[in-house]
Amino acid sequence: MSARVPERGSWLEASARARVAGLLDANSFTEFLGPEQREMSPHLSLFDLPRAFDDGVVVGRGKLGGRPVFVAAQDGRFMGGTFGEISGSKIVGLLRAARDGAAGDDAPRTVLLLLDTGGVRLQEANAGELAVSEIIRAIAEARRAGITVIALVGGKAGAFGGGGIITACCSRIVVSRHGRISVSGPEVIETNQGIEEFDSKDRALVWRITGGRTRWLTGGADRYVADEIRAFREAAMALGAEDAAPFDLFRLQAEQSRLEQRLQVDGDSRDATQIWTRRGLDEPERVGDMTEHDFVVLADREAPNHDAR
Amino acid sequence: MTLDELAEALFTGGHALEQDDLGVVAGNATSGNGVELRVVGIVGGRPLGVDAAIRLSRIVLEHVAGGNGAPLLMLVDTQSQKMARRDELLGLNEYLAHLSKSLALASLEGVRTIGLLYGGAAAGAFIATALSTERLVAVPGAEPSVMDLPSIARVTKLPLERLKEMAGTTPIFAPGLDHLAATGAVAECWDADRSGYAARLDALLSEGGEVADRRDELGAERKGRLRAAEIARRVRGEASGRARS
Repeated sequence: MSARVPERGSWLEASARARVAGLLDANSFTEFLGPEQREMSPHLSLFDLPRAFDDGVVVGRGKLGGRPVFVAAQDGRFMGGTFGEISGSKIVGLLRAARDGAAGDDAPRTVLLLLDTGGVRLQEANAGELAVSEIIRAIAEARRAGITVIALVGGKAGAFGGGGIITACCSRIVVSRHGRISVSGPEVIETNQGIEEFDSKDRALVWRITGGRTRWLTGGADRYVADEIRAFREAAMALGAEDAAPFDLFRLQAEQSRLEQRLQVDGDSRDATQIWTRRGLDEPERVGDMTEHDFVVLADREAPNHDAR
Repeated sequence: MTLDELAEALFTGGHALEQDDLGVVAGNATSGNGVELRVVGIVGGRPLGVDAAIRLSRIVLEHVAGGNGAPLLMLVDTQSQKMARRDELLGLNEYLAHLSKSLALASLEGVRTIGLLYGGAAAGAFIATALSTERLVAVPGAEPSVMDLPSIARVTKLPLERLKEMAGTTPIFAPGLDHLAATGAVAECWDADRSGYAARLDALLSEGGEVADRRDELGAERKGRLRAAEIARRVRGEASGRARS
C-alpha cells in the first residue's frame, strides 16, 4: 500500500517526487539525471551546507491522461527550492529538449513546471541568476516551437524572485491558495523599505498581496484549484489537451493591453481588498477567509477569460 | 559614464533619444557604419517597477510590429526591481516576464537585440532587461549583481566579513562585473577608451544571425560556471532517448 499514489493528498504537504507521481499517470514517470547519478551542487559544501543527490529538482518524462509530457519539479524543502547551477540547468536542458522535439515521433508537446521556490540560490547566486534567464529564453523558444508550458504553483516556498518571473513566462498557470507568486519577498521589501511599506509579520496581508487567490482574481493565473494533487492533475490535463497558443506578436500585444488595463483600473491599489471591492465582490474583506468551496464557486463565476500570456 | 557620453561614443551617425519621468529612454540612432537602430532603455539608476516595465515592453513590441527589423539596443542603468507592496500586488512578476518575453519575441522575429549595461542592474530587473537581450555588452561603470553582500549575509546567516573573504576565491555568488562575465552573462566587456565603441558596436551588428543561447558554454569556457552546459546537455540527451553515458 505504501506505493499507492496519494492523489487525494495535499499538494502543499507533498514532496516534489510525490507530486510528480500523483500528477502523472500511474507508474509512467522516467527520471533524467536521477539521484543515482549524484549530480550535487559543487558550491554548497563551501558554505558547510548539506547537498542533495538531485540538487532539489526532479526532471523527466511521463504520461498525463495518456499523452506524453515532460515534467520538472522543485523541492521547496531543499534549500527553499532555489535555482542553483545544477538544479537550474536540469530545467534548462529539459526545456531545450522539448523545444527540439528531441524524443522523436512520441515527443512531448507539453512541459509541466512544478515551481516551489524562493528564487535564486544566493550561495551560487550568479549561476542561479543565469539559469533563470536561460530558463526564460528556453520557455520562449519552446513555446515558439508549439510547446505548451504549464506552471503549477502551490508549494510552501511559492514562486518568488526569478521563480515568479518564470511562472508568468509560461503558457498557462495553475495555482492553489497556497501558491504565493511574487518577485521581492515581503521580508525583503520590509528590510529595504520599512515596516510601514510591508509588514511581513502580518500573515493575512502577505496572503492578500501575494497569495494564489489574489493572483487568480487579477489574472495572474489561469486556473484556481483546491490544494489537492488530484485537482492539479485535472487542471493540467485540461490545459495540456488544448492546442498550444502561438507565441507571437499578437499574443504579446494582447498581454500588453491586458497589463496596461490592469494599471488603469487598479493601479492606485495598495491592498487586494481595494481590487476585490472594485470587482463588486460581496464582502471583499472576507475573500482571504472564505472556504475553499466558496472560493471555487466564486472563482468559476469571476473567471478571467483571456488568452494573453 | 553618462548617458550622453555613451550615446555620443556609440552613435557616431547621430541619435535622438528622449527620457521620461521614470527613466525610460526611447529613440532612434545611427551607428558609425550607418546602421539604423531603435534604442530603448531604463537609466538614471531608477528601479524597475510595473509602470516603467510596461512602457519598455510597449516600445519593444511597437518596434517589432513596425516591421523595419532594425536592431534594438537596450541601454541599462537601473537597480533592482522596485520593492513596493503596490507593485507586487499588481503582479510585478507578470510585468517583468512580459518585458522579458517581448525581448525574446523580438529575437525570434529576427530583430537583433543588444544590451548595453553601463550602471547598476540587480535581481529581477537585471533578468528582465540586460539578461533578456541576445548579446550583453558591459562598459566601465557596469555593476551587475544578484544581491548585495550585506543582504546575502542576512539571508545565508553568514558573517559579512567571511563572505567578503569567500568572494575572493569563490566568485560564483559575489556581485560584480568580473564575476557575472565569468558565468557567461556578459558577451563583451569594453574598456574605458570610448573612441573604440562605435567600431565595436558595428562589429557586433555585423555578426551573423546566430541567436542561440550559448551563455552556459561561454561560462564553461571562461571557467566561471563549469557544470551548467554539461548538465543541460546531459538532460537533453537523456530526454531524447540516448543511452546514459
